[in-house]
Amino acid sequence: MKNLVILGAGTAGTTVGNMLRKKLPSDWSLKIIDPDTDHLFQPDLIFIPFEMQTPEKTIRPRKGTLGKGIEWIQRPVQRVDADKNQVILDGDERVPYDLLVIATGSHIRPEETPGLLGDEWQKSIFDFYTLEGSVALRDALKKFEGGRVVVNTVEMPIKCPVAPLEITFLAESFFTEKGIRDNVELTYVTPLDGAFTKPIAAKALGGILDDRGIKVEAEYNASEVDVDRKVLRSYDEREIPFDMLITIPTHMGAGFIEESGLGDDLAFIPTDRHSLIADNHDNIFVLGDATDLPTSKAGSVAHFQAEVVVDNVLHLIQGESPKAVFDGHANCFIESGYGRAMLIDFNYEQEPLPGVYPLPTVGPFPLLKESKFNHWGKLMFRHVYWHALLPGHPIPVPNHMSMVGKKRPAKLTADAELAS
Amino acid sequence: MPVVDYAGQSIEVNEEGFLVDSSQWTPEVAEAIARDIGIDALSDQHWKVITFCREDAANQGTPPGLRRISKNSGVNMKELYQLFPKGPGKLAAMVSGLPKPQGCI
Repeated sequence: MKNLVILGAGTAGTTVGNMLRKKLPSDWSLKIIDPDTDHLFQPDLIFIPFEMQTPEKTIRPRKGTLGKGIEWIQRPVQRVDADKNQVILDGDERVPYDLLVIATGSHIRPEETPGLLGDEWQKSIFDFYTLEGSVALRDALKKFEGGRVVVNTVEMPIKCPVAPLEITFLAESFFTEKGIRDNVELTYVTPLDGAFTKPIAAKALGGILDDRGIKVEAEYNASEVDVDRKVLRSYDEREIPFDMLITIPTHMGAGFIEESGLGDDLAFIPTDRHSLIADNHDNIFVLGDATDLPTSKAGSVAHFQAEVVVDNVLHLIQGESPKAVFDGHANCFIESGYGRAMLIDFNYEQEPLPGVYPLPTVGPFPLLKESKFNHWGKLMFRHVYWHALLPGHPIPVPNHMSMVGKKRPAKLTADAELAS
Repeated sequence: MPVVDYAGQSIEVNEEGFLVDSSQWTPEVAEAIARDIGIDALSDQHWKVITFCREDAANQGTPPGLRRISKNSGVNMKELYQLFPKGPGKLAAMVSGLPKPQGCI
């Protein structure tokens, strides 16, 4: 009997497991290792603070998400011994593998920034990347009557790179609807050189923060929080006072990746951008947020990568070379407040463009533009996630990014032609 | 896009001054970009940063973030701000002939 072992039963690991369980040859066993009892639908974490979703509806028992034929080992991983092809659990129990799939995601590390986890944590400083953080922020917002609200991304890369913008838009919309907008000074603080850094998106959406009275503090690398004074400080000693700090802390890969020597300085695993095989180990696949790839850490990426990993696992088992190729494809809804959302679709090579998705002319989802349709699409996706994506059923969107329906703005097309 | 003369070469840059084609970069081009952004001469410490950024970007496909530079180049965060005032992440990428660090949108 040969063993395929998946580490992590989030979006990526669960999808790969459920796709593979029907396709693996009968002499292969399939195990998933994950210590958590529940599966969390992470896209809803941005809605909980504004009571647009309840915590109860964002989680489901993990047991029901893993199909027949998958053995779930509910234990934490201590280490991977890649030389011996073994996963080591607590108590030095060893799980051997012939092929390993690592899908253990990206996790916030507030302890990397001095002051974040001090006395103000979950009193006036909040994260929204965990269920606890999101609920604590909800409770604080209920009582909030006004003051300086600062949304800060400590450093890149982060999971769901558009989430800081979404939480800012949703907060602005929430304060307006609550009738306290005039009492709130809202500041978006980013290590990048603006809220929008891609030329076409910046042109299409650049004015949106200004229109809503949201200040932007750019190229800001947060070094610490002065808890007593409630001030965020940067390495170049810019100080930003706050009454409520919504932080997007440093993200890192799972702790055991550091222990195993498999990751980079943020414990993300160097991975071949096309085959999704680990750079240093030809029997280890990596997908989802756990990779070091230059695409977004996002659920859509995990889904597109899952199909590539499944194909390449089957190629390797049949003694063939890994033929399936991941192109960096990501698509993300971006909640923009007031019941509307935007949509972006891009890959390694192509930045987000305007147009419609997924079908030409009829869409129905407009790209790089606010619309109620997109908000509706984001909410409908909950159903697709639990009933189609996670169980590994086919979803009617192309795996590779398509240019169909997209339009390059005229001026940039002319520039590109001149350059070529 | 604008074409500028750096070290006797015609080099295409974007509106913000980043090289369009990273392969046109030479050490002399780096010196010229540095002068354009107010760094009179590149020290050994600057070169440690530039060398790391170019090697890392060749492996990763994207310019490194500040933490990555400060942990791996041998130049700490405080000194990075002294070497490349007003935004070491962006300016180190520019002098290294790399695209600016970007988000997904």
